[in-house]
Amino acid sequence: MLQAITFIALVVGGTALISWPAGRYMAWAMDPGTSGRGNANAFTNLFQSIGGSITRASQDWKQYMISLLAFNVVMFVLCFAILALQQYLPLNPDGKEALEGSLIFNTTASFTTNTNLQHYSGEVSLSYLSQLAALMWLQFVSAATGIAALAALARGLAGRASGNFFVDVQRASFLVLLPIALIVASLLVIGGLPMTFNGAAVATTLEGVQQTIARGPVAAFVAIKQLGTNGGGFFGPNSTHPLENTGFWTNALEMFAIIIIPMACVWMFGRIVGRIRHATVVFGVMLALLLVKITGAGYFETAPTEAFAGLPIEQNVGNLEGKEMRFGATGGPLWSVLTTSTSNGSVGAMHDSLNPLTGLMPMIGMWLNATFGGVGVGMINMFLYMIVGVFIACMMIGRTPEYLGWRVEAREVKFAMLALLAHGFFILVGTAVFAATPWGQNTLNNIGPHGFSEMLYEFTSASANNGSGFEGLGDDTTPWNIATGLVMLLGRFIPIILPLAIVGSLSAKRRSAESSGTLSVEDGTFAGMLIATILVVGALTFFPAATLGPIAEHFIYMNG
Amino acid sequence: MSQSKTASIMDTRILIPAIGAAFKKLDPRSLAGNPVMFVVAVVSALTTVLFVKDLITGAADLGFSFQIILWLWFTVLFANFAEAVAEGRGKAQADSLRRSRSATQAKLLSGDDRSEYRLVPGTSLKVGDVVLVEAGDIIPSDGEIIEGVASVNEAAITGESAPVIRESGGDRSAVTGGTQVLSDWIRVRITAAAGSTFLDRMISLVEGAERKKTPNEIALNILLAAMTLIFVMAVATIPSFAAYAGGAIPVIVLVALFVTLIPTTIGALLSAIGIAGMDRLVRFNVLAMSGRAVEAAGDVDTLLLDKTGTITLGNRQATEFRPVSGVSEQELADAAQLASLADETPEGRSIVVLAKEKYGIRGRDMASLHATFVPFTAQSRMSGVDFDGSSIRKGAVDAVLRYIDRAAPKTGNARARNGTAREIQSIADDIAKAGGTPLAVVRDDRLLGVIHLKDIVKGGIRERFAELRRMGIRTVMITGDNPMTAAAIAAEAGVDDFLAQATPEDKLRLIRDEQARGKLVAMCGDGTNDAPALAQSDVGVAMNTGTVAAREAGNMIDLDSDPTKLIEIVEIGKQLLMTRGSLTTFSIANDVAKYFAIIPAMFVTLYPPLSALNIMGLSTPQSAILSAIIFNALIIIFLIPLALKGVAYRPIGAGPLLRRNLLIYGLGGLIVPFAGIKIIDMIVTALHLA
Amino acid sequence: MEALLASIRITVATMAICVAGYATAVWAVGQAITPETAEGSLITAPDGTVVGSRQIAQAFTQPKYFWPRPSAVDYDAAGAGGSNKSPTSPDLTARAQEIIARYGATAENPLPPELATASGAGLDPHISEHAALYQTPRVAEARGLSQVQVETLIRDHAFASGGFLATSRMVNVLELNLALDRQGS
Repeated sequence: MLQAITFIALVVGGTALISWPAGRYMAWAMDPGTSGRGNANAFTNLFQSIGGSITRASQDWKQYMISLLAFNVVMFVLCFAILALQQYLPLNPDGKEALEGSLIFNTTASFTTNTNLQHYSGEVSLSYLSQLAALMWLQFVSAATGIAALAALARGLAGRASGNFFVDVQRASFLVLLPIALIVASLLVIGGLPMTFNGAAVATTLEGVQQTIARGPVAAFVAIKQLGTNGGGFFGPNSTHPLENTGFWTNALEMFAIIIIPMACVWMFGRIVGRIRHATVVFGVMLALLLVKITGAGYFETAPTEAFAGLPIEQNVGNLEGKEMRFGATGGPLWSVLTTSTSNGSVGAMHDSLNPLTGLMPMIGMWLNATFGGVGVGMINMFLYMIVGVFIACMMIGRTPEYLGWRVEAREVKFAMLALLAHGFFILVGTAVFAATPWGQNTLNNIGPHGFSEMLYEFTSASANNGSGFEGLGDDTTPWNIATGLVMLLGRFIPIILPLAIVGSLSAKRRSAESSGTLSVEDGTFAGMLIATILVVGALTFFPAATLGPIAEHFIYMNG
Repeated sequence: MSQSKTASIMDTRILIPAIGAAFKKLDPRSLAGNPVMFVVAVVSALTTVLFVKDLITGAADLGFSFQIILWLWFTVLFANFAEAVAEGRGKAQADSLRRSRSATQAKLLSGDDRSEYRLVPGTSLKVGDVVLVEAGDIIPSDGEIIEGVASVNEAAITGESAPVIRESGGDRSAVTGGTQVLSDWIRVRITAAAGSTFLDRMISLVEGAERKKTPNEIALNILLAAMTLIFVMAVATIPSFAAYAGGAIPVIVLVALFVTLIPTTIGALLSAIGIAGMDRLVRFNVLAMSGRAVEAAGDVDTLLLDKTGTITLGNRQATEFRPVSGVSEQELADAAQLASLADETPEGRSIVVLAKEKYGIRGRDMASLHATFVPFTAQSRMSGVDFDGSSIRKGAVDAVLRYIDRAAPKTGNARARNGTAREIQSIADDIAKAGGTPLAVVRDDRLLGVIHLKDIVKGGIRERFAELRRMGIRTVMITGDNPMTAAAIAAEAGVDDFLAQATPEDKLRLIRDEQARGKLVAMCGDGTNDAPALAQSDVGVAMNTGTVAAREAGNMIDLDSDPTKLIEIVEIGKQLLMTRGSLTTFSIANDVAKYFAIIPAMFVTLYPPLSALNIMGLSTPQSAILSAIIFNALIIIFLIPLALKGVAYRPIGAGPLLRRNLLIYGLGGLIVPFAGIKIIDMIVTALHLA
Repeated sequence: MEALLASIRITVATMAICVAGYATAVWAVGQAITPETAEGSLITAPDGTVVGSRQIAQAFTQPKYFWPRPSAVDYDAAGAGGSNKSPTSPDLTARAQEIIARYGATAENPLPPELATASGAGLDPHISEHAALYQTPRVAEARGLSQVQVETLIRDHAFASGGFLATSRMVNVLELNLALDRQGS
């Protein structure tokens, strides 16, 4: 118990502490103007010469948006092409074959949208070129897209122009992600992860059986998959695989890498907007919700594997199905919450095999999708909740609603609710369609409520751009590939376009001054209001579905 | 404001017609404006159709379905009823206004010299026509007096029976159609055509006929519609989920869950809250030209208040006699009293009162003294008396000094007089610094001393400003006084800032500066020269006594012409939004309990162990669902009084206010339905309804 | 159109720096500092043949070896995966019953739970010291060693994963078995 708490405090608390200087660095890197310390003009000039003339102009939110989409189209097309042609391309030592069309679509959508839902298994299906030039590349630039969008949003709220997407995306790639990834990847290599371009090794085991051991340029891939909240594993079972995550301390380092940039994004937002105290409150709200989920997961996972009740198996340890010994008792549940709170989606234990209510915690994390959330986009999602929360809170103090002095009116409420609504729509309607048809029913790995949870989880993960899964689901089918591919694309771009549109509309208004009569977004009351809004708007919708999934499974099986 | 006009919410004269109106409002066209209730009406109608079908084909549980459907319709009717009650209160007032609009005959003047008139119907008057109104006539339409002076009874619009004086020129020249001239005659140039007069506007305002949704209301409606959509998704996907689990959920149960989850409480009360908010203002004798203005009032950051009449009593009072050396207080008081005996201004009377109270100098009869009164003129800026060859003057210090220089250059000792003059000047400065107005007194060519006239700050005004400060509102006093006097009064009254020696241009500039810094500014004014500032300010309250120009420029009109009302207007604006916000919070918070009532009841047939979620211990699944839907309908009725009265406003800062309201309406909204549904379940079970 | 052009230029730049440059740099770090683990922690027999990876579990079924945790993919290191069964699943009960039979576990001598549960990748190379000790009698008997000898070997190989944060000690099954083989019998 004490070790567990110490470990959680170390990972979460330690990362939170480091996120402060990291956020300061990100603010400097992404928005050289806001930091007093030096400036990045030399970099800005470099990035402008790389991008060409269009990158020299300041963009309004629409131009910024169009640039962002144009770049993402190029990302999609190139990744699709590499995956589709991998059998003809170099760096394929194990001779991986062609992939099926809907799987290429799904995988491309998945990595373009920073989701990294994997309906394939890396070591089985992909060449090293596909892994690096298609997927790892997208792990950089899709994360950079999110960070750029947040920087533009924050600038708008500060009353400034959006900036230039093409400069921002390079700042995020080269100044933020690349240096941190180099450090983390180096540490991971030193921690024992493979980093080789040689093909699979073939071993003859002690009992004389042939064992093919897949390997590859794993360390580089894993570092950016965690840092960019991508989550797509080099190997099928992701970070439970001993070669992706060799021991206790690499596990801790990877957990740090999962949450560091999402946490730092909050500080970056605060610095660019010029409201550190506000950022502190937001950070506190996210941290509080995160800790509640961690506590829940840690608690529920102490129940032993229910299937062993009555068997001659020791019952004094928690549920170990799908978990690795080297990560210790807390590693699995803690990781499951961190990875789903941040839209990362890499797994350190098999989520399908978590106890029912433990498995609910990752789902809640993805339903809310803003308890730090994905790089950049997590804070953007939180902004949507804040628009709604501020709207109601301001009325309660007798003011027409405003956020940071910007008046929130019909248009803003409409866009914010639309973005939040879309998330629920994709998850619930998607699950409803697949639950009622063979598309879903024939792909389940578990029976009863747990099978339902597998489908619910899959759509939740796709819409939240998370990418983890209840992996028992036989999801490499054409219906799953297409449905989740579309959901990932819509679930990515709707919550980027609409918030930027909100800021575009807000910043066109007259900004009003703040006083003791206006709503403070810097105190505990606001934090409470925000938590209530997040829970009511974000989670209440899913209560019926949760009841028929994990909650039903819990009450049916876990009463003993 | 007259509290007596506040009709009781439970007035049967309003309630009974409201019941009928509730049914009339079932008209889809009237429901369409309210997305939440429209959806409830649609599902109620659909389930009714299904019920009729089941009735014919014969299905199980008809009694249960019937009760649910009944309560669904009640939900819609209760919402309509709430709106009808709110409108009913305005209607009563509109009826009485309409009576005073009864057809009038106008004496339309014609001819070049406008000496002739002919009688025409009041409704045929056009803008620009000139009419004659004589004692006993009803003024046919809104207009401006171009000639004459009259006393006018404006009770029809203000409810105040004491007549007011209206005269051409100046700031008291506007007259309102429907009011009655009591004495004398006036010529009025008509400024409003029939149908768009002040009275017409007032009637439509109180009736709510012209009520347009405010921006905030539209935004809230969107939020509520979106919440409704969210729950459409949450409920519409349940059949598929249930099918996966190998069961089916009856449509009536799904409908019950849906209707209880969507924000029906706030949806039902939303328009009542809006109407009641406007109504509160009207009761307060303030006419808002739009709902938007009322909401903006709640946002005001800076309040510009005229000193005179708002912060201080209109009149200054003598508080002290300060003689120069060599003159006794008694002597100064005596001279001051003599000079003021015939002075009927409030200041003059206050001098006589002070002399009597403090120095025992009784009133004297001017006639027996053979005294002649010398009235105040703009040239001399002094008044006084001449008697027995002696003359006493009192007036502005500089005027008096100039008077002495002119009257007695040849007599006396110029140097001694210069010394006294310096002394007078220094006393005068002291008084001015303390916020008073000095009035020098001179007898013949001898300066006696200074009367200290003081601006009397209204009782309780300091506390009001402290309240405003806690609300985050900055008060700025506008005065024509010099900066020194203004600073002293400002300090005494506790305003945050002042604008001294203010010209209309200064005022306008101040408003623009504040707005440039992102502040919302409210002010009130009456004169024509206030019109630009009224128009520029975000909330401009024009006094009813003011000029037509001022009334056109403001977005509110105060019928009582009481500038302190700005403060209450701000509070009413805040209260309106707070009521909306608090009930929204309450409504949404209710969902938690409703989920815990209905979800276990709904799914227990699929997975019996889910009865563990029935934390309220409701007796049967059917009674649980029925209790939730009954609670959902009844809570509307229970909250009607709150919606009409508005939630209590406390002048505290935003933080404490939010905490308070979150606690009452957020936490309350979480807890109340648990208790309410449990109690209803016990009753339902006891009555064997389910 | 200009936006597309800029996108392509940035694509080229990021491909060069974030993919080629980055991967090469990390590869170089590995080759320089930890060349052995960077190639997959392979263990080579004296004759030069690869017997496995220290990080990867391999199948052991003979009584003379310690057995690793069960694998849902039969220790396929080129296609790893977990069972993805719910902990409430009857499939897990059935699997556990087979395993119990193999170990001969009884209510008096219950099985350590990791020996009945599959890991996430099916390649978990570790078991707890406790689970290794549990297998001592079988291994000792098969090899004709004393239980104390085997237990000593286990304790020599046991380590605390996570140092001061570890709640129990564990052993690497492949390394333990290699040590057994080296000890002979």
